Amino acid sequence: MSIDAEPVPGTAAGGTGGASAPPAIALIGIDKRFGTVHANRDVSVDIARGTVHGIVGENGAGKSTLMSILYGFYQADRGEIRVNGQPCRIGRPEDALAAGIGMVHQHFMLVDPFTVLENVLLGREGGARLSGGLADARATLERLAREHALEVDLDTPVGALPVGLQQRVEILKALYRGAEILILDEPTGVLTPQEADHLFHILRSLRDQGRTIVLITHKLREIMAITDAVTVMRRGAVVATVPTAETDRDALAELMVGRKVLLRVDKTPAKPGPVLLDVAGLSVADGRGAARVKEVSFQVRRGEILAIAGVSGNGQSELMAAIAGIRHPTAGRLAIAGRPIARTADAHDTRRLGIAHVPEDRQREGLVTSFEANECAILGYHDDPAYNGPVLMHHRAIVADCVAKMQDYDVRPCNAHLPGGNFSGGNQQKLIVAREIERDPDLLIVGQPTRGVDIGAIEFIHQRLIALRDRGKAILLVSVELDEVMSLADRILVMFDGRIVGEIAAADADERTLGLMMAGIAPEAPPPGRPPAPLAKSA
Amino acid sequence: MDLFLSLIQLLDSSLRLATPLVLAALAGLYCERAGIVDIGLEGKMLGAAFAAATTAYLTGSVWAGLVAGIAASVVLALLHGFACITHRGNQVVSGVAINTLVMGLTPVLGHAWFREGGQTPALSNGTPFAGVQLPYVPVDRDAAMALIVQQDPDLRTLRQLTNRLEAGDADLAARIDALLVAPTPVISWIMAGLQGFANGTVDFVTATRFTPIELPLAETLAPVPILGPVYGELISGHNILVYAAVALVPLTAWVLYRTRFGLRLRAVGENPAAVDTAGISVARMRYQAVIVTGILCGIAGAYLSTAHNAAFVRDMTAGKGYLALAALIFAKWRPVPVLLTCLLFGFLEAMEARLQGVSVPLIGEVPVQLIQAMPYILTVVLLAGFIGRAVAPKASGIPYVKER
Amino acid sequence: MNRDLPRWADWGLIPALNLALAFAVSGLVMLAVGESPLEAVYWIWVGAVGDGSAIYPHGESIGQTLYFTTYFIFTGLAVAVAFHCGLFNIGGEGQAYIGGLGVGLVCLYLDFLPFILILPAAILAGALFGGAWAFVPGYLQAKRGSHIVITTIMFNFIASSLMIYLLVNVLIEPGQQSPASRAFAEHARMPTIQDAFGWTGIDLGLSDLNLSFLWAIAACVFVWVFIWHTRWGYEIRTVGQNERAAVYAGISPARNIILAMVVSGALAGFVGLNAVMGDHHRLLRDFVLGYGFAGIAVSLMGRNHPVGVVLAALLFGALYQGGFVLDVEMDNVTRELVVVVQGLVILFAGALEHMFRPTIARWFARPAAAAVP
Repeated sequence: MSIDAEPVPGTAAGGTGGASAPPAIALIGIDKRFGTVHANRDVSVDIARGTVHGIVGENGAGKSTLMSILYGFYQADRGEIRVNGQPCRIGRPEDALAAGIGMVHQHFMLVDPFTVLENVLLGREGGARLSGGLADARATLERLAREHALEVDLDTPVGALPVGLQQRVEILKALYRGAEILILDEPTGVLTPQEADHLFHILRSLRDQGRTIVLITHKLREIMAITDAVTVMRRGAVVATVPTAETDRDALAELMVGRKVLLRVDKTPAKPGPVLLDVAGLSVADGRGAARVKEVSFQVRRGEILAIAGVSGNGQSELMAAIAGIRHPTAGRLAIAGRPIARTADAHDTRRLGIAHVPEDRQREGLVTSFEANECAILGYHDDPAYNGPVLMHHRAIVADCVAKMQDYDVRPCNAHLPGGNFSGGNQQKLIVAREIERDPDLLIVGQPTRGVDIGAIEFIHQRLIALRDRGKAILLVSVELDEVMSLADRILVMFDGRIVGEIAAADADERTLGLMMAGIAPEAPPPGRPPAPLAKSA
Repeated sequence: MDLFLSLIQLLDSSLRLATPLVLAALAGLYCERAGIVDIGLEGKMLGAAFAAATTAYLTGSVWAGLVAGIAASVVLALLHGFACITHRGNQVVSGVAINTLVMGLTPVLGHAWFREGGQTPALSNGTPFAGVQLPYVPVDRDAAMALIVQQDPDLRTLRQLTNRLEAGDADLAARIDALLVAPTPVISWIMAGLQGFANGTVDFVTATRFTPIELPLAETLAPVPILGPVYGELISGHNILVYAAVALVPLTAWVLYRTRFGLRLRAVGENPAAVDTAGISVARMRYQAVIVTGILCGIAGAYLSTAHNAAFVRDMTAGKGYLALAALIFAKWRPVPVLLTCLLFGFLEAMEARLQGVSVPLIGEVPVQLIQAMPYILTVVLLAGFIGRAVAPKASGIPYVKER
Repeated sequence: MNRDLPRWADWGLIPALNLALAFAVSGLVMLAVGESPLEAVYWIWVGAVGDGSAIYPHGESIGQTLYFTTYFIFTGLAVAVAFHCGLFNIGGEGQAYIGGLGVGLVCLYLDFLPFILILPAAILAGALFGGAWAFVPGYLQAKRGSHIVITTIMFNFIASSLMIYLLVNVLIEPGQQSPASRAFAEHARMPTIQDAFGWTGIDLGLSDLNLSFLWAIAACVFVWVFIWHTRWGYEIRTVGQNERAAVYAGISPARNIILAMVVSGALAGFVGLNAVMGDHHRLLRDFVLGYGFAGIAVSLMGRNHPVGVVLAALLFGALYQGGFVLDVEMDNVTRELVVVVQGLVILFAGALEHMFRPTIARWFARPAAAAVP
């Protein structure tokens, strides 16, 4: 049972479709849960034919899930999909293709060693032998390429193409399959601004020919630049659907970020001490060799919490990994308390230099879910003399130490022998925070400290971080949660596209300003006393 | 000239030794290209060799043996698929399980059925083109009776059979009737076609072993220098499976690079998610690949027991499945290099016997064992990236789990 | 992964179920060849523990069972240690072979020493040779990304060729035809348990059980301590369970892959103590009769834990020894039936582990959920 065809009367909220023609796509009451995560809450959107329709929202707002449901990758728990007014059951990608829906995935679905032509042909070979299909496809693709400025050499292996061209291949694939409705999931995330502009040109051309484009993005600039209508999603639900012409960036940013109840953190003003961490001209590449952090420089002082805000995927993770010794920088210098950190230093070395690290992804990085809590509680510090004899580990000391931390941090259940994976997210996080803070590090790097953590634990973790700061230690906080950044930090840097694009004192920050900076838009007025961020570089 | 002739003979035996490797390596190529690692080539070959020899012996038909060999190998291949595709099990563990299982099962069954120390009885030599009896080929009553006499050790002559029939042996009568009735028109039509392909006439001089085929003009060309021996000794005079193996190489290349099946096969081994989003079932593709692997391994096994040798012998694959795997890697998963690599490995094996105790000029005596180990050493060196780089299909060994 | 099953189910129920299935399918094979599975079980039992008769005395049968158990403990532990680092060491066969070479060389060329010095030297040599044979694939995996499964398979064959070369050309006893070394001096042989402990009154008859068995038990203790009670074991397990977490913790995956392989190879190398020094008393061909591959089944069934490995090794020891009696006593069955069981165990406990687990986990889902808030 994929979609319950619940009778939903009338059109959905906020439709922009014309009065006469049915919308190209109508999503009615789509609801989807993954375990405890409510990814889509009763989502209804109408997408008018022949328009570019933007869907914006923060990461985790449910945009990608919604589109995956539309493409048949997932099935909704409830709700209905109508294509051109006709109820449509989309259980598999084939069904979506048959209904004329094509998708350009955020991670390209391409076979690297295949040529462009072969990639396009896959699934639409037009017969058991390739020769006929290849000729037809070549002719069709050359025509499509001419019509929409989608030129790409058809006989080059896709893996050898730059990402911008790979994306064109994805678009060609969809068009070759006769897609009348094209969904693009964060298409500009991997593009240079020039490539992005060319993409918009292509999309306009497709729209002008009567095709419907759905653009998923978190970048407001793109929404304003190309869409006809925009739907804003937040926490799985639709907040608003408005014609683009009747709105502006500021309004959208506000809708996107929302006005959440600020978490109050009791803290005294920071008393910044001497510089502890000095980052100069740091560049970091990801696993595929693409530059993710680009010549970043900043300093963290003792006794302050410096937050790095930004939409995830703008280089924060790689920056943290480089400081923590998990990833080796490609350029730049790092120093802690005046001592340089070797470029080849691993996480073991940085820990010895007094850097502790609460990683962003606690399940995959911060602990080993099959290990008992006491084993998780020494991860990274397992060779500490306190835990080791000449040969044997002091099991009793390790357990006692773990139990003490669990009691101190109120980790429940207080059972040092339970596997790490059996604790709830909040309790896992408390265990990790306990492990890292109790080493009394000089610098604590914290990534998404309260992601997926219940309210009680959030407050607790925040208090511990403040306490650490007040002991004269430095904290580098990376979070996509604006409340958290604003309530916890003393100073905020905003990262966009691998660069620091702005700095603001926490006291001066508000959601709207931060939201605009995070979306790559310069704030109207730079905060007093600080030079304006070098926005021009990234634009 | 003498040297030339011995070279011809060396190459000739290289080809014979390379044949099972070519078949098995091509078998591995299909599933590894689809992203399924197959350590179990060895076991599938061994199982097929046993099934082929047993069936050939029992039915008197080498073709029936081949079909049985293929069937056994496909069943094992499907077991591998069931574990790796349906249940996302560890592909290496599954391969090891199949190898071990077959290594135990063949001697147990062989002993129980034949009592010859886990071997099958020796298969007789016949002339394959002169007579092959396939099952389900519609035959007349006389022919059916002749077949039963020929297969049943209790009956020595046609006379005995008719006597027993006259004595009212209902069981025997039923057996004759069974031979007269073909199960379905389609099957008997196919089998009759194969039969016609094999010999043209239906007679009952049986061959239970694949035997050499003299190509036309081999006699005529014999006196011609160089060409004569090359054609007569090296090219002509192999059994049909050798030619089949060689022919399968361009066929595989064509399937892989020129057909829809090949395109999807290669895609599913590189990026199954791309195949999935293109609306093609990953599991279905992988099952198809695994079945092709089973078929080719089946032929390789049948070659060992009914063509290269004339019986099944315990552990007769003796690591050939692993050697084929090495050849596949060495050939970087490409069909034509597979042929060349297998010929090289076959050549090394052929050299082994000839170099025993022989002192090679300049080098001195080359240890046979070094030649024996050479394929494995070469493969390790290649894998280590010291000579080129063997990059496996990207998705190989990873069970496909649908995710965003 | 969450622990979705209670411990006793993980350690008892699932292996028992796998074993029952393996036996059931083997039983079907028996029926197919027209023999009674129960009779086979009887003869395997008699073979393994004896029936008190003159032909199958208890002591000798049990001794022989433990002799085979010794092999499986070594190879099972070898596979288990590699598994803990997320590696599949399929090369136990070759490592055992080369380990045996090391043991043999010590017994052949250091026999001017007294036994008390030969013994540690032989143990060390077995570990060194076996470890070295596993080091190369480990190194190639860690530093060059060559797939460990393929390289260890290749090394099995290379080991085999190397041994034959050495036996034929270097170690062969002068004047002999068969490729085998001379017999070791009396004092360079591993004493049997009977010889060493006969004074206690035990009677193991003429069984081959020798002091290697005690070393195997010691190896179990060593592995248990090493894997769960040292920081090196901790690092190996971290790399095996979650390589990203290892890098986060500053644990080098490459170093631990190599370490785990060397330890694994050393354990496999101890097979030589039992085979070469304890049984054949000379270096010869093919003294590793599939023990390396059997180690895979032992480790899978024993859940990669020394205690489990000992229990599984006992089972396979009994099956191997019982297989010989089965061979003699039953017309239609040969001892390879044991290999069938072994293959089925690998199939059910290894390749098809995901087939039953979810179903069984579902049975336990409710009580488990209640226990963990």
